Amino acid sequence: MQIKNKIRSIALLFGALFLLLPARAAAEVNVKEIVFEHLGDSYMWHITEWNGHEVGIPLPIIVRSHEGGWHVFLSSRLEHGAEYQGFYIASEGNHAGKIVERNAAGEEVRPSIDISITKNVLALFISCTILLLVILPVARWYRDGRMTPPRGFRGAVEMLVMNIQDEVIKPCVGTQYQRFSPYLLTVFFFILINNVLGLVPFFPGGANITGNIAVTFLLALCTFIATNFNGTKEYWKETLWPEVPLWLKLPAPIMPVLEIFGIFTKPFALMIRLFANITAGHAVILGLICVIFITASMGAAINTGMTIVAVAFSIFMSFLELLVAFIQAYVFTLLSAVFIGMAVEKHTTES
Amino acid sequence: MSLLIPDTGLLFWMTLSFLIVLGILTKFGFPIITKAVQKRSEYIADSMETARLAEEKIAALQKEGDAILAKAQEERNALLNEAQEIRNRMIAEARGAAEAEARAVAEKARADIEESKRKALSEIRGQVADLSVRIASKVVRERLADEGAQKHLIDRLLDDEINYPS
Repeated sequence: MQIKNKIRSIALLFGALFLLLPARAAAEVNVKEIVFEHLGDSYMWHITEWNGHEVGIPLPIIVRSHEGGWHVFLSSRLEHGAEYQGFYIASEGNHAGKIVERNAAGEEVRPSIDISITKNVLALFISCTILLLVILPVARWYRDGRMTPPRGFRGAVEMLVMNIQDEVIKPCVGTQYQRFSPYLLTVFFFILINNVLGLVPFFPGGANITGNIAVTFLLALCTFIATNFNGTKEYWKETLWPEVPLWLKLPAPIMPVLEIFGIFTKPFALMIRLFANITAGHAVILGLICVIFITASMGAAINTGMTIVAVAFSIFMSFLELLVAFIQAYVFTLLSAVFIGMAVEKHTTES
Repeated sequence: MSLLIPDTGLLFWMTLSFLIVLGILTKFGFPIITKAVQKRSEYIADSMETARLAEEKIAALQKEGDAILAKAQEERNALLNEAQEIRNRMIAEARGAAEAEARAVAEKARADIEESKRKALSEIRGQVADLSVRIASKVVRERLADEGAQKHLIDRLLDDEINYPS
């Protein structure tokens, strides 16, 4: 009962807080800006502020302007709205936060190509390096053909690899699992490492990679390619001419259209699921942290109380996110394996 | 919502780095691990099978050894029995032989005694005859000088003959 009462009072406190929010907070702390700044990408890896100076890692900007010609320079040149070689970071409009230039007509446009090493790109490189540094030494350890099981960290990696392979890939993909297991394992560990690094609040973690639609898009695209470029005749027959009553196929091809639509919705769901889960988790934690700063102006008592609540909740959320980090990597791998399995495996339903 | 629009720059780098990572891990990473683990589990299964076979072999050998031992025991017992029998038989034979020998010796002794007795008797008979003749001749030689003396002589001679038969 006591715990229940406590929870209720905390919930009430929270409710009251959210009622107060719009009136007071907007002036001092722009929560939306903070959250979106974190969830999105940036040209500089902001770490902290020190004595009014921004401390961060300047990152290389690589752009190709509309007039042609590549421009490579450090993002520190563009700090505080400065302009360099005709490029600057837009502060408003469609391209807010992005590098823009002015075209001949004087309009603000994005450079024709922008492959700058942004915060997310650098974080991606770091996580890829970590992934390679985790897996390759473990794999090298096996080269000598030793027959004793590994211990410690290698044992943990082996356990995870074999668990995913035996419990997810093998049953879902079927007989041809060995062809797809490297891809699926890479996907699993890639997502897992990026998810976990995203939970680390400081450099080199903190970037929101798996909560970025470009990243999940590419992962889903890979699954899409693996599924449809390896589909058997049977798979395409099931898709284009499924075994349903004829009137569902002729004269209006309702089922085939649905099936073809399904080909695209499956990976699309993969893309959105991962993106949304990770983004939501980050947003919740950030929102909870922001509560501390919002309530700073409400007096010491409320601020202290809310700080305790917010920290407690973000600890809880961080644990939850740790779980989600694993679950989402697992789910992405599992569903990819299921889709691939549906495409490459001979169905046994007829027999 | 800018969050939902894939950024081309990030997409480019993501494609590049993910494909490189995928390539490296496909060539040098996961297949090596999974194959090694598979090989190891095969090795373990093989070892278990080998151990099982060895155990079976040992059990069979033990059984065989036991059988051999039992057989040897049996043979030993048989040999012992046989030896016992032979011993008994030999003892019996020896005893029989000894008895026969003894009987033969006794027989021979008896025969010898018989023979000696017969010889002695015949000798005695001869000597008696001889004595008789001698006495008779002495009696005859003395003549009947004195009837009384003669009679006395005959008595004495007869006494001698009876008491000290030669």
